[in-house]
Amino acid sequence: MTSWLLLATADAANGVASGAPEGGLFDLDATLPLMAVQVVLLTFILNALFFRPVGRAVEEREGYVATSRADAKQKLAQAQRLEADLTDQLKEARLEAQKLIVEAEQESDKLYREALAVAQAESIAVREQSRREIEAEREQALSALQGQAERLGTLIVDRLLAAQ
Amino acid sequence: MVPLHLTLPFAELEVGQQLYWNLGNLHLHGQVFLSSWIVIGALLALVVVGTRRMERDPRGVQNLLEFVWTYIRDLAREQIGEKAYRDWLPFIGTLFLFIFVCNWGGALIPWKLIELPNGELGAPTADINTTVAMALLVSLSYFYAGLSRKGLRYFEYYVEPTPIMLPFKIIEDFTKPLSLSFRLFGNILADELVVGVLAFLVPVIVPLPAMFLGLFTSAIQALIFATLAANYIGEAVHEEHH
Repeated sequence: MTSWLLLATADAANGVASGAPEGGLFDLDATLPLMAVQVVLLTFILNALFFRPVGRAVEEREGYVATSRADAKQKLAQAQRLEADLTDQLKEARLEAQKLIVEAEQESDKLYREALAVAQAESIAVREQSRREIEAEREQALSALQGQAERLGTLIVDRLLAAQ
Repeated sequence: MVPLHLTLPFAELEVGQQLYWNLGNLHLHGQVFLSSWIVIGALLALVVVGTRRMERDPRGVQNLLEFVWTYIRDLAREQIGEKAYRDWLPFIGTLFLFIFVCNWGGALIPWKLIELPNGELGAPTADINTTVAMALLVSLSYFYAGLSRKGLRYFEYYVEPTPIMLPFKIIEDFTKPLSLSFRLFGNILADELVVGVLAFLVPVIVPLPAMFLGLFTSAIQALIFATLAANYIGEAVHEEHH
């Protein structure tokens, strides 16, 4: 433990004796300005070799990423707009189809009812006519029967009266 | 009493020992520069490998570098604000990366294998010169940022919200670099010392938790230094809305 303390004091004594710098922890000398110059030089060298090229690369990439992202956003917005448009169109088309179907149904219903009414009227008319014909034939038959019955009656009467 | 480092050759501790390089009359801490060159070399190698072929779909090291860049960008933007952060991103990022690789390099690279005539290699941020240099750079930066953005109106900052704040704001200009540099220096040096002392006493297993804690502190210190630097710059360029 003691050796470095001894060394330091001994060396200090030696230094004073020989006239050379004595050293020590807080020995400021020409190292300071030269080190400052060295750091400044290093700053310029690193600026040329490191900060500028790497900065350019990083910022170019950041710009590239930003523009790509903006592009992608724009495209996404466009796609969404198109999708909304198409959805609207689809909805309209569906409504149209619905309306058409309802119209067609109504149309067919109307046609059906009309056809039904016509058929019913016709059948009623036919029935009426045939009923009238039957009636007329019955009338005719009845009157014919009556005539015959009268003729037979007179014939019977004549025969009976003639026999007496 | 037998000196411990004779019986345990694994670790020795030296504090305040420097490898001096002389440049005319100027003295330099050689070990700091050597280790900083090594970690800077590693950092630059990573960066060069990672940016050699940049692609829009990142792979391998490019991923890591982009993650680091985004992390630093977010840090700078949050602290400095949307308007001015671009100018200061490289500086904040360099501070963060340099401190981070220095701290982790100091903890992870087996410096002990390299023998120096005097002193020892370690994290460059464990030397007060490095941290003071960076702290002073931060001070200069926020003054420059404020003055260049607002001109002399920058000094309105010192009397806002009331002129009573003037002395405190002036003191702040001194305490900011002081606290920045000493916080980093103290944390990294203390971490190295704790690991060193533990390794010196019990060279197996026992220093491991302290080493992991050290890695954690190292990363946190780099983050704190960069965040505070960005915050100071952000304060200086901040526009008051009256």
